[in-house]
Amino acid sequence: MSNAHPIPFRAILRHVLLIAGAALMLAPFIWMISTASKPQTEIFSSELHLIPHQFALAENLRDAFARANLLRFLLNGVIVTVSIFVLQVMVALPAAYALAKLRFRGREALFALVLFGILIPPQATAIPVFLMLHKAGLLDSYAALVLPFTISVFGIFLMRQFFKTVPDDLVDAARMDGISEFGIVWRVMLPAAIPAVTAFGIFSVVAHWNDYFWPLIVLNSEQLRTPPLAVAHFRNNEAGTSYGPLMAAAMVIIAPLVIAFLFAQRRFIEGITLTGIK
Amino acid sequence: MAQIELSAIRKSFDGTDVLKGIDFRIEDGEFISLVGPSGCGKSTLLRIIAGLEPQNSGQVHIDGRPVDAIRPSARNLAMVFQSYALYPHLSTFDNIAVPLRMRRLSAIERLPLLGKLLPGRRAKERHIRADVEGIAEQLDISPLLRRKPGQLSGGQRQRVAVGRAMVREPLAFLFDEPLSNLDAKLRVHMRAELAELHRRLKATFVYVTHDQAEAMTMSSRIAVMMGGELIQAGTPAEIYNDPRDIRVAEFIGSPKINVLPGRIRKDGGLDVLGTAVKLSCQAAAGECRVGVRPERIDLGAGPFSGTVVHLENLGAEAFVHLAIEGAGLRLIARLADVRQLPAMASSITFGFAPDAVRIFDPAGKRIEIRLEQPERVREPAHV
Repeated sequence: MSNAHPIPFRAILRHVLLIAGAALMLAPFIWMISTASKPQTEIFSSELHLIPHQFALAENLRDAFARANLLRFLLNGVIVTVSIFVLQVMVALPAAYALAKLRFRGREALFALVLFGILIPPQATAIPVFLMLHKAGLLDSYAALVLPFTISVFGIFLMRQFFKTVPDDLVDAARMDGISEFGIVWRVMLPAAIPAVTAFGIFSVVAHWNDYFWPLIVLNSEQLRTPPLAVAHFRNNEAGTSYGPLMAAAMVIIAPLVIAFLFAQRRFIEGITLTGIK
Repeated sequence: MAQIELSAIRKSFDGTDVLKGIDFRIEDGEFISLVGPSGCGKSTLLRIIAGLEPQNSGQVHIDGRPVDAIRPSARNLAMVFQSYALYPHLSTFDNIAVPLRMRRLSAIERLPLLGKLLPGRRAKERHIRADVEGIAEQLDISPLLRRKPGQLSGGQRQRVAVGRAMVREPLAFLFDEPLSNLDAKLRVHMRAELAELHRRLKATFVYVTHDQAEAMTMSSRIAVMMGGELIQAGTPAEIYNDPRDIRVAEFIGSPKINVLPGRIRKDGGLDVLGTAVKLSCQAAAGECRVGVRPERIDLGAGPFSGTVVHLENLGAEAFVHLAIEGAGLRLIARLADVRQLPAMASSITFGFAPDAVRIFDPAGKRIEIRLEQPERVREPAHV
């Protein structure tokens, strides 16, 4: 049959491969949900089973919320990611406008520096930034979580590329109408660039919501912790890690992103095709 | 209403001279067309008048006032762009209202939410609404006020762009090839509409186009630009009948003017294609180029002959393409009566009246002629 109908065979093969890939991607999530639903005894039992014999999701969730102030951590996550994104947009849009639409000496050199900035991994600058925050007395605060990320070279690059596609006539028309240069950025370019801003917002929020490395370095106080640190809170070398509540907490902290993704699925895909990365 | 004066405007981009010293005066209430091939600097000149582009040297005066240090919006000129440049996120109403809001509302009153609460804002918004609706009525776009630019056709967008220009009652209107994105039929229609608008508003219009037909049909004066220089300015009839430069003669008029090789004899007489023509000139003997408009070529009689190689019958008129034996030359003759169309590949004689001839020296400058025997009365110029 497969020889007689090569196209259906290829379609089947394609779907098998896709399903296998999807299963591979989903496996950790399924395992997380499974573990979160099992009581402690079943988690450590030697036999592998996906569906718990005794359903303990509610207990694990209750335990997770009791042991850590999860709501507070979620709120921290919202405060930090939203602040970062808003500040990033406030910096990136005017910068991108200048790089895309204004003519000034050294513009190409500045843009080359932006591109160069994209190449530098955040870990490389972590220690100098940490020392600067220490000198400024800002360690262990929201500022320490937000300030280092306010200038996103990736955001500047992305918006600049998008602004390049906005016709110059539109900018000139705005100038003739009496809109100031900053006014053009917010009243003309921003509305035109909503798809690009959305795409950038998705990348920014996902990256900073999930960031584990930086909050771990700059934070001490428990009440400032972001969601990924909250999960780490359940690891305990002395008393043994309690995996049930840990996985339940992990479910809680990824829930906002998953729900947001389901709501904005189309935009999300648009955004990724727009940026042409990943 | 404004008079615009340009003196010694120079502009270069990256070392390339785009404008090489433009001196020009646009009178109050004129419809001036700046025409020329692409890259001649006409759009740059318009942008310098608008203030969107700074000139390297020279001055722009509007109503006798120097405006070189003044921002585009403060010059109180309105511009209509080739791509219309409507704000894509705003409705037609808001697009037209933008210049009024920018001028009449303070920065605080323009704030998205807070502005609406301020006491004076309501009354000002009411005036703006009345003004925008008045303009929409004039331009016949009232039913479109709530639509976004994406939902409008090309011609409708064009009108909205004109409305946005009109609403601020500017000193002058600047048009940057506003019809080139429209289809041929709509373009002809909008041509008449813009000319009508000019008559009604009696404002100064500066209109940039590469389409000589637009310039000929709408303008009170045409300024022809080539290679960064303004070569000739005059009424459409002057430009058509009395071109001072062969590039002007070739650019204006469709089909193009026929250019034949000629020779000025020592006695001042003129030979065209080796045949003497009854006119003379003062210029030094030597080679020259002879221009004759297609409609001034008389088919069927005359000292020259050619072979019909192509016929274009447009119904009301026809164009006959002739190849001249021995000269490797083609020329086009307009035939007013299509019933007399010659057969393809037939040989035909032709000639032209001496007053149809325009002579240009090898550098392209016009040479004045004297008719030897002014037997024909000069025909009135027809455009």
